[in-house]
Amino acid sequence: MMPFARFYAVATAVLLLIMSTVSIATIDVYEFENAQQEADFSVLVQELRCPKCQNQNIADSNAGLAKDIKDRAYKLLLDGKSKEYIIDYMVERYGDFITYRPPVTKNTWVLWFGPFILLIVVVLVLVLRKSTGAKPQSSAHITDEQKHRVDALLKRYEQKDEQGSTENEDQNKAQSDGQKGKGSL
Amino acid sequence: MKWIRFGVPLLLFVVMAAFLAKGLENDPRHLPSARLDQKIPEFSLPTLNNGAVLVTQQDLKGPLLLNVWATWCPSCRVEHPMLNALAKQGITIVGLNYKDERVEAQEYLQKYHNPYSTVIFDQEGDLGLDLGVYGAPETYFIDAKGIIRHRHVGVVSDVVWEQTLSAIWQSLAEDKI
Repeated sequence: MMPFARFYAVATAVLLLIMSTVSIATIDVYEFENAQQEADFSVLVQELRCPKCQNQNIADSNAGLAKDIKDRAYKLLLDGKSKEYIIDYMVERYGDFITYRPPVTKNTWVLWFGPFILLIVVVLVLVLRKSTGAKPQSSAHITDEQKHRVDALLKRYEQKDEQGSTENEDQNKAQSDGQKGKGSL
Repeated sequence: MKWIRFGVPLLLFVVMAAFLAKGLENDPRHLPSARLDQKIPEFSLPTLNNGAVLVTQQDLKGPLLLNVWATWCPSCRVEHPMLNALAKQGITIVGLNYKDERVEAQEYLQKYHNPYSTVIFDQEGDLGLDLGVYGAPETYFIDAKGIIRHRHVGVVSDVVWEQTLSAIWQSLAEDKI
């Protein structure tokens, strides 16, 4: 078994090495003057959204436009511009669409606070229902005549059940369940 | 109380359906321009025909159409005859050749006729980025003060022109007087 294990280990190592060089080749084209710039850049490419390919950030997108935006962001970083400046700079050109963190404005207000408002509404509805729902509602509203009819019907079904023997257990059960339901009405 | 049990879900359904129906008509790829009602950003780029002649934002005083195009863009080819027709009507169209090759672009215009009064050669897409271009073709409506009044994304077809764009152009042309 040992030679096989060693073979797999070597094969895996070689594979990993190949994969890692491939990914380095695609990512590592930007060189930075300091770690802060690099950190800012990696946040920027995650948070900026590609306007062409919509549901991707510019880090994931291979579109030419995503690369242009990355290049511009890189240039601005090297010029000493802050992360916030670059986001504002892109929003100025492409609108709020370009950021995955839309600012709170008149247009995005619903997006930010809508869920909380909905939550409050749901809680209110539940609370109101609980306080009013305590009173018995439905069953109280049948007249004496209706009650007689219900009783008569129930009686008829009971008689049928007794005659109907036990040929069909399920049906019996279903009917008696139904009766229970009606009985509690 | 019965109407609430029936009415509230019905109301919710109607509202949802209305929003979804509206959503069907919306093309999420059509983004509003962030540059609307602003001046054309500053730039200084050569023309397509002469690398030594520089065009700046000062040269773009309308009313004119600024049409973003490239030889690699099939939709640009589709709208090209319409641009030729508009130019024939006397509408000033400035071309913005976007991330393209100079020689190919020149050959393209020779082959399919040139509707542009000037063609700006933006090989790196710098002006494109400053304008917020996210895909050719795009057409910007520039007024007499050099302010962007409208952006149309996609093909300028005769239908679109008749339905919406010609009215916008008219309002630009009247502003001039």
